[in-house]
Amino acid sequence: MSFLLLIEQVLNGLQFGIMLFLMAAGLTLIFGVMGLINLAHGSLYMIGAFCAAAVAAATGSFLLGLVAALAGAAAAGALVELVVIRRLYDKDHLDQVLATFALILIFSEGTRWVFGSFPLFLDVPDFLSGPVTLPGGIEYPLYRLTLIVIGLLVALGLYMLISRTRLGIQIRAGENDREMIAALGIDIARLYTIVFALGAALAGLAGALVGAIQSVQVGMGEPVLILAFVVIVIGGIGSIKGALVGAVLVGLTDTLGGIFLPEALKLFLDPSTATSVGSSLASMAIYILMAAVLILRPAGLFGARA
Amino acid sequence: MKMVTLAAAAALAIGITGAHAEPVKVGMITTLSGGGAGLGIDVRDGFLLAVKQAGSPDLEVIVEDDQRKPDIAVQLADKMVQSEKVDVLTGIIWSNLAMAVVPSVTAQGKFYLSPNAGPSALAGKGCHPNYFNVAWQNDNLHEAAGAYAKDTGYKNSFILAPNYPAGKDALTGYKRFYDGELAGELYTKLGQTDYAAELAQIRASGADSVFFFLPGGMGISFLKQYADSGIDLPVVGPAFSFDQGILQAVGDAALGVKNTSQWNKDIDNPTNKAFVEAFQAEYGRLPSLYASQGFDTANLLLSAMAKADVKDADAFRAALKEADFASTRGDFKFGPNHHPVQDIYVREVIKEGDVFTNKILAAALTDHADAYAGDCSM
Repeated sequence: MSFLLLIEQVLNGLQFGIMLFLMAAGLTLIFGVMGLINLAHGSLYMIGAFCAAAVAAATGSFLLGLVAALAGAAAAGALVELVVIRRLYDKDHLDQVLATFALILIFSEGTRWVFGSFPLFLDVPDFLSGPVTLPGGIEYPLYRLTLIVIGLLVALGLYMLISRTRLGIQIRAGENDREMIAALGIDIARLYTIVFALGAALAGLAGALVGAIQSVQVGMGEPVLILAFVVIVIGGIGSIKGALVGAVLVGLTDTLGGIFLPEALKLFLDPSTATSVGSSLASMAIYILMAAVLILRPAGLFGARA
Repeated sequence: MKMVTLAAAAALAIGITGAHAEPVKVGMITTLSGGGAGLGIDVRDGFLLAVKQAGSPDLEVIVEDDQRKPDIAVQLADKMVQSEKVDVLTGIIWSNLAMAVVPSVTAQGKFYLSPNAGPSALAGKGCHPNYFNVAWQNDNLHEAAGAYAKDTGYKNSFILAPNYPAGKDALTGYKRFYDGELAGELYTKLGQTDYAAELAQIRASGADSVFFFLPGGMGISFLKQYADSGIDLPVVGPAFSFDQGILQAVGDAALGVKNTSQWNKDIDNPTNKAFVEAFQAEYGRLPSLYASQGFDTANLLLSAMAKADVKDADAFRAALKEADFASTRGDFKFGPNHHPVQDIYVREVIKEGDVFTNKILAAALTDHADAYAGDCSM
């Protein structure tokens, strides 16, 4: 295993982690501020990808597709919050899980009804396609580098929003004591809708960005949703910083584990068994990481609540 | 009240079936919702097209959605056998679902005609007189890919497949006919959508060719990322990542890729020509290999119905075994384990106007039977 390959794999892990962060950030905001478990977050990811694919196909512009993904997912998020989620805040978590699980089924079949059962086409735009040569001679896809940059910019933007703006103050206050900020005259219902739409828009953005290099199809959000939950459990529920660190940890563990475990096992097993056992172990790696974090820090790395 | 409804339902059922003497009842369990729905919909549409063309009043088809879940498939099979009293079952797409359903329904004396899944366990020791596979044994298309790689002179293939039974059948099948070195052999996670890590390994491996089996959305992701990675090695794979349903989603990234299939829309025989035209007219899209498999399955069933009564299991089984129907693949016959003996072709992805599709280059294997027939004793 050469050093260059290692660097390339670290970049891959980083890129995967950053995309997970976009999903996890929305999820952790919604859970932290509103105390709501939203299983339908993966559906918002899917809606973003489908909006982007439909608009990009109609207009030929990937950037317009991205705008449509943001707008479409935010609108869907706001609508869902007003119609369904609003009724769930004072229910216990099991009811929320049940209701948002129903939303997954509704969104999946609704999307199939509108777009059909076959995957849609969404490709990397020409100006971002193909590999670039990095210092040291590593060839790396330009689009994946762009994803890392976009993700980091979003992380920075979120940090500014939470720590420097009035809305951010309200969000942080809402996390700590929702009755008190309502008593202080903040329209808590409006704040919840905004937070939910913001989380949805981030999920939609992730769906559209990732959809260009993966397949845009019904059910694409659920595998990512599971990983996003792992991320927020590791990072600490409600913490944006935790979501970022957790996402990068999960991304790196998953990518590097998938490469090094089979290689390591080849030292004392025959290659075919080693790849098979190694891949099985690698898919467990992030859950082992999660268990380890929970043992050492039960509230997650940056979790405030026990 | 419940009794009344039941009685009414019973009367209705008698009313429907009473119109014909001995109709054949077919239960189709297939995937119509969730990520793999495109495949089940194609099998169903192909099957129902043949039924419609035959216009037989003696054939009744019940279609149910298994949601790609083995437990639901088992429940549906129990319901169809016990309360619907079907004579024949068909439709299952995925090997793990087939393994959950087929042994139990054939043991209950029902016929099962597989329009897609062909796990090795059901072709060898687990074969059954009432189980007929109309598509292929799982290894077949991969074996053809291996044969193609050998004929083309590839010496150092990088091979990858998902880590589940059909993925292992795939790599085994490829290696059975390919005789070069392996630059790498990888099992990826089932349902994985990001292949950056695997692509980096392929790039560093010094391979001269890549073989992959990644059905459905996994293949779309892999091909798009492969095209974007700048790796310039020839790719070969089975038809499952290049069928009519998903090629449009892959786009230019698939152009020129070689893949192996037992069927293509340009196989030159009258049945196939008529099938492609009728399918397009009926559903407004080009048929996929899954649709052709559904169509052939229905025609096999109809050919047996014309010769024997389904209640006479021995005669009906013999009639199925003869496979006396015009297949979209041209020549079609069953081997001793009731799996197809057929030609498998190499296809190339091309663009016709705005539509991505395949054209046949050559036959990779002719009159090819599966490797497990010897283990089957019946």
